[in-house]
Amino acid sequence: MSPLYIARSNEIAARQLGDEMIVMSNRDSTLFSLDSVGLVIWQAADGRTPLEDIVKEKVCAEFEITPEEALKDAESFVRELAGHGIMRVSDKPLE
Amino acid sequence: MPTLMEEMNQRAIALGVPLGVQLDVTYRCNERCVHCYLDHDDHGEMTAAEMCDVLRQLADAGTFFLTLSGGEVLMRMDFFDILECARSLLFCVKIKTNAFMIREKQADRMRELGVDSVQVSIYSHRAEVHDAITKLPGSLKRSVAGIRFLQSRGLKVIVANVLMRQNLADYAGVKALAQELGAQWTMDPTITPMMDGDRSILGLGIGGEELKQVFRNGDLVGNVEEFCAPPRPVDDGDLDGLPCSASHTFCYISPYGDVFPCVQFPLPTGNVRKQKFLEIWRHSEQMNDVRSIRGRDLPVCSTCSHLGSCTRCPGLAYMEGNMRGPSSLDCEKSFARTGIPSANMLAKKRQQEAKGNPEVAWTQLVHIQLS
Repeated sequence: MSPLYIARSNEIAARQLGDEMIVMSNRDSTLFSLDSVGLVIWQAADGRTPLEDIVKEKVCAEFEITPEEALKDAESFVRELAGHGIMRVSDKPLE
Repeated sequence: MPTLMEEMNQRAIALGVPLGVQLDVTYRCNERCVHCYLDHDDHGEMTAAEMCDVLRQLADAGTFFLTLSGGEVLMRMDFFDILECARSLLFCVKIKTNAFMIREKQADRMRELGVDSVQVSIYSHRAEVHDAITKLPGSLKRSVAGIRFLQSRGLKVIVANVLMRQNLADYAGVKALAQELGAQWTMDPTITPMMDGDRSILGLGIGGEELKQVFRNGDLVGNVEEFCAPPRPVDDGDLDGLPCSASHTFCYISPYGDVFPCVQFPLPTGNVRKQKFLEIWRHSEQMNDVRSIRGRDLPVCSTCSHLGSCTRCPGLAYMEGNMRGPSSLDCEKSFARTGIPSANMLAKKRQQEAKGNPEVAWTQLVHIQLS
């Protein structure tokens, strides 16, 4: 399976509130609250690091979860965010 | 189940975060609205660089919702520099404007920068009424054109319709105009005293029988039965509750850097030209005084049957003389909604009776100072 690259969109408003991240989509004003796991993925979404590496190096290092399970959840999470235009997802590195 | 917004607010209160801030970028304006509470002269506005520094401090403090307002924001030639800075810091930005100066270029820029919404004041669908309120000939035509430019770019536009004596008959026309433009419509019958405390403009507001009619109009308030229902019994939640978001999750910053608990709460708490924002937010004696107030600390209102449902504004109460006192304009609204006099009105009634004036009408009582 080819690696998945993720990057935060510029079409958002976002702010960390305690240990959560609030993100609003400019496209449809949908508001999201990312929990601590989501926050780790969000902060690591630099467009260059494959999601699989983010999951292994960041998520599994901080939370008790298997890499397979974490990757499955992470993919579903980033695709949902991408659906609202707040995360960009690609099989090639992103600018 | 609480909504995500309610959860965010609760979290912000617990963490002491100013979740929402209004920054007025200027008090200058091309309109001279009859009911405006501002002094439009420039007494030394912050530069764009100073404002951007304040915005960075707000982002660090956790502010998410940012309203840029005025005056008229586009009176500043560098407004888009300030907006660009705000969006680079990922605020959710709402702009309040009269839209008079919004053409294709300005609308395009607002869209490119990802503005969340633009609120435009429209007083009437009839130019002769709207322009008489703004005192700027041609203003309705230009503002409507501005809204069309914004709408055509896919920006969310909210038409704000302040109701007063001059335009009371025109709300349905404004609502229809907003619908035709594809904009949302909101109505507010509140006229605010001038920032310097001058209350003369309050006479422009609707009161008494007119206010009662507004509150019994389903087109304006939705479910009339629910809106005008008698107040539910006051409980501990009301007595321990916060009066509003001012100083808890919200504050206001003037073009001169003065920080206040809210737009209509002119209690000076500090100035960002002299102190860091967070120092004012966390440690200002005045900010903490406002923050300490609970329902049970209000000597008159804590005894009032309306406490749990009243729209009491502590800023209006402050402008009336005591931020722990009643806000008579809100007493008037509670009375107009329910027909039940507030504790403040009953106290005034007793005072007037003691002075030998037993016949003073309830609607007149709200404008008499409680001594």
